[in-house]
Amino acid sequence: MTPVQANSATTSRLVHGQAGRRRVDFDVARVRQDFPILREKVYGKPLIYLDSAATSQKPRAVIDAMSRFFLKENANVNRGVHYLSERATEAYEGARAKVQRFLNAEHAHEIIFVRGTTEAINLVAQTYGKKHVGEEDEVLITAMEHHSNIVPWQMLCEETGGRLRVAPINDVGELLLDEFEKLVGPKTKLVAVTHVSNVLGTINPIRRIVEMAHARGAHVLIDGAQAAPHLKVDVQALGCDFYALSGHKMYGPTGIGVLYGRSELLEEMPPYQGGGDMILSVSFEKTVYNKPPQKFEAGTPNMAGAVGLAAAIDFLSGLGQETLSDHEEEVLAYGIHALSQVPDLRLIGTARAKASVISFLLADVHPHDIGTILDREGIAIRTGHHCAQPLMNRLGVAATARASLGCYSTHTDIDALVAGLGKVREVFR
Amino acid sequence: MSSDLRDLYQDVVIDHSKQPRNFRKLEGATRTAEGFNPLCGDQLMLYVKLAEGVIQDIAFQGSGCAISKASASLMTVALKGKKQEEALALFGRVHAMLTEGSSGEMKPEDVGKLAALSGVWEFPMRVKCATLAWHTLRKALEAKGARISTE
Repeated sequence: MTPVQANSATTSRLVHGQAGRRRVDFDVARVRQDFPILREKVYGKPLIYLDSAATSQKPRAVIDAMSRFFLKENANVNRGVHYLSERATEAYEGARAKVQRFLNAEHAHEIIFVRGTTEAINLVAQTYGKKHVGEEDEVLITAMEHHSNIVPWQMLCEETGGRLRVAPINDVGELLLDEFEKLVGPKTKLVAVTHVSNVLGTINPIRRIVEMAHARGAHVLIDGAQAAPHLKVDVQALGCDFYALSGHKMYGPTGIGVLYGRSELLEEMPPYQGGGDMILSVSFEKTVYNKPPQKFEAGTPNMAGAVGLAAAIDFLSGLGQETLSDHEEEVLAYGIHALSQVPDLRLIGTARAKASVISFLLADVHPHDIGTILDREGIAIRTGHHCAQPLMNRLGVAATARASLGCYSTHTDIDALVAGLGKVREVFR
Repeated sequence: MSSDLRDLYQDVVIDHSKQPRNFRKLEGATRTAEGFNPLCGDQLMLYVKLAEGVIQDIAFQGSGCAISKASASLMTVALKGKKQEEALALFGRVHAMLTEGSSGEMKPEDVGKLAALSGVWEFPMRVKCATLAWHTLRKALEAKGARISTE
């Protein structure tokens, strides 16, 4: 096939924005130099990494920040009075302040460090959920949720006698807002929706969703795992009550994530796990819990992870969120166009508002076979049900192949994918 | 194409994946078992008609990748008319071929046509695709957790 435009290391084009036409220059070749792993060879071929929605690669700055922490600052936080403990506490709380600014939260204590999005959602289910979702009460999710935004609510409902409701989507993978609105009722205590679908790339209209939910007195949790690396997230502008994200999907390390919660809600929620740090005083008769965020951070936290996440936020800020979004949008459009030219290829998920994910099927070749053949070409994609089996059932497919983008993605990656799919066709001709 | 890919997707494998043999529901099956690989969603229903310890007929239905379909198809062809213990012995040899490859003591000729699957062992992530049908077979023959039809 003919590439839509010549391969270029730099995205340079005109974007129609609110401020009129502006030129976008994004030096992706330079960005790629920040990622040591992108110089690796796979089976003797250059690595083509198209699996950032599973986990992003890590820039040198994140790797260095973490090793610097271990080399120079490591000690337990909020405990000792010694020099290193003070340094570590500063680093850890500095990371919290950085996340606060990144999400534009009103207060630093609204930022709770957790292991990742999964733990953030479980935390809300086990604290807010247990307190507010009683018998017959409802939790409303959508048909496009990841298992991590389904199973914690099922577990909660099983325990409390609550009901899980599911808002439907259309065939291209967009939430049916009218149907959604009908499902928000007086019994709805919580709405839990993904910001960006990990399978389809669909960007959900969060502000509208929040308005509809709040109008009926329901609180809203947003699963932001796939949104945080790609979109500007402003929790106050979105108006959501909880926002969950994972560090490792936004160029940070694994094992660190964030739950943002509105201050009033966090104050009245019961604690999550019991242990050190989450208490003010303990006696065998009575324990007094600490205030948020410590109330929800029992035990020694992932300090190096928080430091790595802070470095990842600096990295993202350095790229410029808008410039980055424009670059990714451009590569996405190039990818969608290129893949739609491949014979017998069917795109899965063609929502109008879409980010960074291209799911597809190729003739009747099973996605795992596609994945294996591409792998030997050095191309990493994800294949399978993407931890979204109910969505797969809704779409009537057992699995899909998924190419997902990051700040380092280029036209060259897409061209390699298209060429790789040619090999797949050759094997299965 | 790299040689290990050619070993994996041999013509026989592609053929059996595109036109799986004995791909149907078997009326009058005395044993059925369901195989499921939760990691990739591959699903398989195996039907066996067993009489006096001999596999009179065997068939399967389901969805999965080329490797899992071809493996199931080749298995049904190889097992028709075999005694139960012969089938289980073949299971052992196929399993060794898939997991140990050329480093093991198995020779491809010990498994007949199933040697078409000998390339799988170089793809550790795909071994489970090829063994799914065989584990389901064992479940059916041993009736462990299998749904047994008494017809």
